[in-house]
Amino acid sequence: MTADLALIWPELILTIGGLVTLMLGTFLGDRQVGLYQLAALLTLAAAAVAVVALFGVNASVFSNTLAVDNFGGFAKLVIYGASAVSILIAPRFFAGGMRAEYPVLILFAALGMGIMASSRDLMTLYVGLELNSLAAYVLASFMRSDDRSSEAGLKYFVLGALASGMLLYGISLLYGFSGTTDFAGIAAAMGGKLNPGLIFGIVFVLAGLAFKVSAVPFHMWTPDVYEGAPTPVTAFFASAPKVAAMALMTRVAIDAMGPAIGAWQQIIIFLALASIILGAVGAIGQKNIKRLLAYSSINNVGFMLIGLAAGTQAGVQAVLTYLLVYVVTTVGAFLVLLQLRDADGNYVESIPALAGLSQRRPGLAAAMAVFMLSLAGIPPLFGFWPKLLVFQAAVNANLVPLAVAGIVASVIGAFYYIAIIKTMYFDDKSEVEIDGSRNIVEGSIITVSALWLSIVGYLFIPMLTVASAAAASVLF
Amino acid sequence: MSGLPFLSLLLAIPAVAAIACLYVGERNAKFVALGASLLNLVLSLVMWSQFEIGGAQWQFQELHKGLFGPFDYALGIDGLALLLIVLSTFLMPLCILASWESITKRVGLYMAMFLAMEVVMIGVFAAQDLLLFYIFFEAGLIPMYFIIGIWGGANRKYAAFKFFLYTLLGSVLMLIAMIAMIAEAGTTDIPTLMSYNFPVEMQTWLWLAFFASLAVKMPMWPVHTWLPDAHVQAPTAGSMILAGVLLKMGGYGFVRFMMPMFPDASAQLMWIVFALSMVAVVYTSLVALVQSDMKKLIAYSSVAHMAIVTAGLFAFNQQGIEGAMIVMLSHGVVSAALFFCVGVIYDRLHTREIDRYGGLAVNMPAYALFFMLFTMASIGLPGTSGFVGEFLSIAGIYEASSWVAFVCTTGIILGAAYMLYLYRRIVFGELTKDDVKAMPDLNPREWAIMVPLAAVALWMGVYPESFLAPMRGDVTTVVARLAPAKPASDAHVSAGKPKAAADHGEGHEAPAGEAHHAGGSQ
Repeated sequence: MTADLALIWPELILTIGGLVTLMLGTFLGDRQVGLYQLAALLTLAAAAVAVVALFGVNASVFSNTLAVDNFGGFAKLVIYGASAVSILIAPRFFAGGMRAEYPVLILFAALGMGIMASSRDLMTLYVGLELNSLAAYVLASFMRSDDRSSEAGLKYFVLGALASGMLLYGISLLYGFSGTTDFAGIAAAMGGKLNPGLIFGIVFVLAGLAFKVSAVPFHMWTPDVYEGAPTPVTAFFASAPKVAAMALMTRVAIDAMGPAIGAWQQIIIFLALASIILGAVGAIGQKNIKRLLAYSSINNVGFMLIGLAAGTQAGVQAVLTYLLVYVVTTVGAFLVLLQLRDADGNYVESIPALAGLSQRRPGLAAAMAVFMLSLAGIPPLFGFWPKLLVFQAAVNANLVPLAVAGIVASVIGAFYYIAIIKTMYFDDKSEVEIDGSRNIVEGSIITVSALWLSIVGYLFIPMLTVASAAAASVLF
Repeated sequence: MSGLPFLSLLLAIPAVAAIACLYVGERNAKFVALGASLLNLVLSLVMWSQFEIGGAQWQFQELHKGLFGPFDYALGIDGLALLLIVLSTFLMPLCILASWESITKRVGLYMAMFLAMEVVMIGVFAAQDLLLFYIFFEAGLIPMYFIIGIWGGANRKYAAFKFFLYTLLGSVLMLIAMIAMIAEAGTTDIPTLMSYNFPVEMQTWLWLAFFASLAVKMPMWPVHTWLPDAHVQAPTAGSMILAGVLLKMGGYGFVRFMMPMFPDASAQLMWIVFALSMVAVVYTSLVALVQSDMKKLIAYSSVAHMAIVTAGLFAFNQQGIEGAMIVMLSHGVVSAALFFCVGVIYDRLHTREIDRYGGLAVNMPAYALFFMLFTMASIGLPGTSGFVGEFLSIAGIYEASSWVAFVCTTGIILGAAYMLYLYRRIVFGELTKDDVKAMPDLNPREWAIMVPLAAVALWMGVYPESFLAPMRGDVTTVVARLAPAKPASDAHVSAGKPKAAADHGEGHEAPAGEAHHAGGSQ
């Protein structure tokens, strides 16, 4: 047991860091937000260092309930990075309303997500998921004075509870018919003859997880929650939890249900195509850019699921690469949104208000154009690369029709991404004056991510290939 | 061959200049762009002079293995690519000059987009890695989307969307085919893939996927509808580069990928290409005849010319393919020149309606002269570039199928009809309208654009050997690759009297025979 503790340093650091920050907040009050922010960032950095230090370890701890491996490590690094950015960007957004709980909640959510990515037992899976979700419900309604925020929190909570119920039902079926909650044990049970109980278990578990990654048809909450939640929180929702849930789904599918690929592959294929198409079509009519980005996340999850549907190591590698690139792009896009304030200091969220942005703030518009084209997967932007990997995995797994359908549907998605560029570049200036104030931290994050997503990213492919291969290989 | 990495430099110069254009201010941006594109032109001409005709098939090769992980930074050109690169670098400074005064807003961004376009075009023709090629091929959509969308005409947004989505939809299927090819052959190296024998039934699918992409890019009837919209809305220089080089990417894709990589499928599905080409030649020529918008008319004539290219390529013989390549080069120069001719009078009167003009020969004689030259080159008058290309390709087509040749030739007659009709309505007739009377003749800047275009059009017409020589060996290679799959012809062409000089022996005899042939056609 003590030996096991040495292998979960990242989780320990996050727990202790989170509790210390919480205590500081309780005793020092809301005025020291800078201090809590710093404490939380340091905690995340330390946890990331611990993850890197554990690189190459491949162990199962606490009676096989938690895996310490490169797969979890890769996901955790992305999660911690996205969490750090959401902490960095918060104070400017909340202005006076920033409270000590914000960094604490993000830390606990990150802890929960780390556990999700590493769980190899249905019980730890559920614990991690709920730890993350409970923090997320509070974060969604963090702006107490804003009706939309409260509504978002409530909606997220009610639908999240429903999804948890489905997940738990699925878990109970799997446990009932396999006699164990351990992934390896479930896989062994699935290796034999599949009985209806196990199949129902697979369906319900996947449905519950599909809710978390907001795959169609379990996506309904996404646009409302993204629109209502405060923008830094939305940036967080769109990035880190997606990574955790996708990693979890991948691990469950490959590790626990691997032998039953015939049973779940068609479910994933359906989720993938439905998400791509609905995510693309649903986005077309949107007037609010946060809602649009919500549909964009649904759309992108669909592409990731294509990689998962392949069920091969190349597919998992593609999913991981996709997650990283997607997180950088999405966080960048939300950061651009955070720069858009009108003369009164209100945040601009409507798409028509972006008209002519390229003439008011050329740099910002260019960065947004990079993010949009990258999300659309148009080369030479780096968003093309993970899409290529995903389709390559699908083609090599003999899923050519899926790849063809997915790539054709990606053209529908391209429509609304280039429509944003049209608004920013082709349309005449809107009435809304965009405030010109700049923030060095946010500006540099935007610049770095936009540069990385332009052609520079291609130079990182060898590195990414090695990292994702190291992560994906532990599942096979 | 010197050790200079010509191709990388050709890519780097406009790329650096494009970034510079965004920061140096509007006035300087023009000079930066012009300087960079002229430097690139000089560099590409030096490269041409160092290109060894009859030397290695692939020259100026650069390879950085593993730079991008699973695919390589591999560049290299053969004669076909060389000529298309020179065409791109030749047209680019002219495009920038053509926009010198007509573009007044956001000049820095405009110049940056054009230079980005140049990078993309050179990259497409120079890439020797399948994925690198695709990246360049698709990347071309972005600058063109901006060029049409920001600086275009009244309906520019619609045209920009249509251009982007139409061509994207075609391209993505090609990507899936490429992935399948990489999986099958285990390499992304284009020269290796060109000699790889894919299973015949797989070839059919791959061919169709490539065809979906390249036919849109080309464009072939019935997927040409984006082209008139894009041309009409694009600014003059945008149309010049679109007709001049972007359409050639389609033709290049045919001769570089579809024919050598899928020879069996090409033979088997040849009828599709012939059928669509025949419809296109006749139909789009007739459509061009009734246009009242100058740019639309030339856009439709582009579709008709490109149909001769596709038919010529699929003739599977030396003349056909060489002719098709010359048509592409000639059309690159001539259609760019024609769009510029439209631009010249559009800048003065701000309308593309043919009826608004008339009698320009009186007050714009120099303009009328150049316009006449390019009209004749478009029709294919002997002595101009159009003749060489059309004669060779139709001779090649006849060898493959006399019926296709017959239909394609009617296109040339119709071409003469719509071009001369256009010319008559604009340049001849009474000079009655007051605003037309007030139009001044060409200014020095316009002279500077017209003269090089005219010189090249005549050079290609009088001494095409300069352009045929670099590509001859590569065309022979393609023909040899296609020979086993080549279907029988209905024309039963037999060699003339001096049996020894017959060019039926496709392989090694052909170069010498061709030189004779091309020279003899003058």
